[in-house]
Amino acid sequence: MALSSSTFDHANARKASIGRRFSRYFHRHPRLSILLLLALPLLWLGAVYFGSLGALVLQSFFHYDSYSGHVLPQLTGENYLELLSPSNLSIVLRTTSMAVAVTLASALLAFPLAYYSVRYAKGRTKALLYLAVILPLWSSYIVRVYSWKLILAREGIISWFLAQLGMTQLLENVLKLPGIGGASLSMSMLGMWMVFVYIWLPYMILPIHAALERVPKTLLEASGDLGARPGQTFWKVTLPLALPGVVAGSIFTFSLTLGDFIIPGTIGNSSLFIGQAVLRHQGTAGNIPLAAALTVVPMAVMAVYLVIARRLGAFDAL
Amino acid sequence: MNNSVVAVRFIDVERHFDEVAAVNGISLEIYEGEFFTLLGPSGSGKTTCLRMIAGFDHPTAGRIELYGRDVTGLPPYERDVHTVFQDYALFPHMTVGENVGYSLMIKKKPKPEIQKRVEEMLELVRLPGLAKRKPTQLSGGQRQRVALARSLIDQPKVLLLDEPLGALDLKLRQQMQIELKNIQKQVGITFVYVTHDQEEALTMSDRLAVFNQGRVEQVGAPTEIYENPATVFAANFVGVSNVIRDGLAQALTGSSQSFTVRPEKIALRQPDAKTSPSECFADGVIREQVYLGMYSRYIVALDLGGDLMAVEQNLGVFSPEMQAECGKRVRAVWDKAHIHMLEAGG
Repeated sequence: MALSSSTFDHANARKASIGRRFSRYFHRHPRLSILLLLALPLLWLGAVYFGSLGALVLQSFFHYDSYSGHVLPQLTGENYLELLSPSNLSIVLRTTSMAVAVTLASALLAFPLAYYSVRYAKGRTKALLYLAVILPLWSSYIVRVYSWKLILAREGIISWFLAQLGMTQLLENVLKLPGIGGASLSMSMLGMWMVFVYIWLPYMILPIHAALERVPKTLLEASGDLGARPGQTFWKVTLPLALPGVVAGSIFTFSLTLGDFIIPGTIGNSSLFIGQAVLRHQGTAGNIPLAAALTVVPMAVMAVYLVIARRLGAFDAL
Repeated sequence: MNNSVVAVRFIDVERHFDEVAAVNGISLEIYEGEFFTLLGPSGSGKTTCLRMIAGFDHPTAGRIELYGRDVTGLPPYERDVHTVFQDYALFPHMTVGENVGYSLMIKKKPKPEIQKRVEEMLELVRLPGLAKRKPTQLSGGQRQRVALARSLIDQPKVLLLDEPLGALDLKLRQQMQIELKNIQKQVGITFVYVTHDQEEALTMSDRLAVFNQGRVEQVGAPTEIYENPATVFAANFVGVSNVIRDGLAQALTGSSQSFTVRPEKIALRQPDAKTSPSECFADGVIREQVYLGMYSRYIVALDLGGDLMAVEQNLGVFSPEMQAECGKRVRAVWDKAHIHMLEAGG
């Protein structure tokens, strides 16, 4: 009995010492443990993410033979020249303008809501608000887009509601406006803009909420204490400190709008957006190089946007 | 005080949070140009009082006046009062210079004037040439000075300081205490200072108010409060005191009224030492001795019952043999002038 128990203890001690030797080794070599920690994400980001991104950019410089439909690995800038053709340029401009309009509207709607939730809402109200913001994300995006098609339709609830208020004529007049109008809300740019704002709004609210949450209350008190009225405090302290959140949110709304093809395909008229054009070129036509070049456009637009945001000091508070 | 202009006046001020009274009927007068301290333990209502002067909080009942003007319901930006916050509250997205010049920028003063004033203020707090830095690049003590410069730049009528030295280490804190006091004399602005540190209050204040449970126990100059505490709370919160009550008081003074004696006023002599008629004495045995470097603290168990604390300066060379003082019989002697009768019920 005594013998067996001592053997058992011995084995146990050896086992522990191997584990201990490992942890001591990692303790002495902190870089190795960091490498181990990051190995998997680095592999994923490096190979899969940046790899495919590199492949995409590379292919945007390949030659597409429109007769044979073959892609030839000869480096050329012709795809980017083709982007400047009137039809492609209008797609790029249309998509970018929509992204700008959606981002502005989202920021204007999200900021007061996030501000209220951070500064005034407490306990249950705050939890309910938070839930209300993320709840739509639980249901399918496509289902929500299609339900909006019904809401915005000529026979839909918005038209009906405006008719009850005797404002049908107003809607008709708005729909006659060039550029944003259409046969009905569901077939207009205005309607598409509304759906985009609805779909991407949570992605704007959450980062702004997080940014405002990080602004200490004493900073606002200090500003008022030093003679600033609430409006001045907002422009000089609150907004600059929340700006990284607004920029983060706008990166989401902006890039998501630039790349989306479901909403422009469901709501609005037949004019194309970048996402739809990419889908068309790489699908039936097999023109991967042009599709790739079109995909580079949103990335370039985002890069320009981030550089401008940085210049304006949007990240100074980080 | 050399003048009697009242800078801040509290008239029967109360502040209730739900059912709890944080401030429970306070009337106070703070004079122009004085360094006035609100001293008390946490939760005694001192910070709430400060926040009510600033306008961050408002009284449930009563009135607050600044230079005779009722400011009870005014927002902070309509009061000529600035605050130095405990966590400094420097704007992280602005440079030191922009922080210091903030109130002038809000008042839309011309840029060259702001720049000139900022340099002057940084000079005053001994941080010249740091205007271009960001607050995150400064040490705690430097941030403290920036916060002070920011609050003083447009010469407020009253400066409020909310435990501003709480986050600093002991040496830096003592240095800043002297510096703050000097700056206050230099600018001549009324300082209202909140602290729970009685030593800080004694060193810096012209006058102080001792807070306890939402009330003011005593207002007076540091020496007045230390030498002549009005209540048991004041006696024990500002320094330490022997509080002698009932039977023991009767045996020592012939009256049952409670009184206090400071430990440093008590001398420990030989058991048969002679005493003069102006002195009081009590015999006992040293029960405990604590060596504290500059001085030693003794607890004497009195023959009449009860303990007495005495403090003796360590004039000789301390040796382990002195530990043997425990158990020695002594006669504790103090001058009758050091006895302070407490207010009835105190």
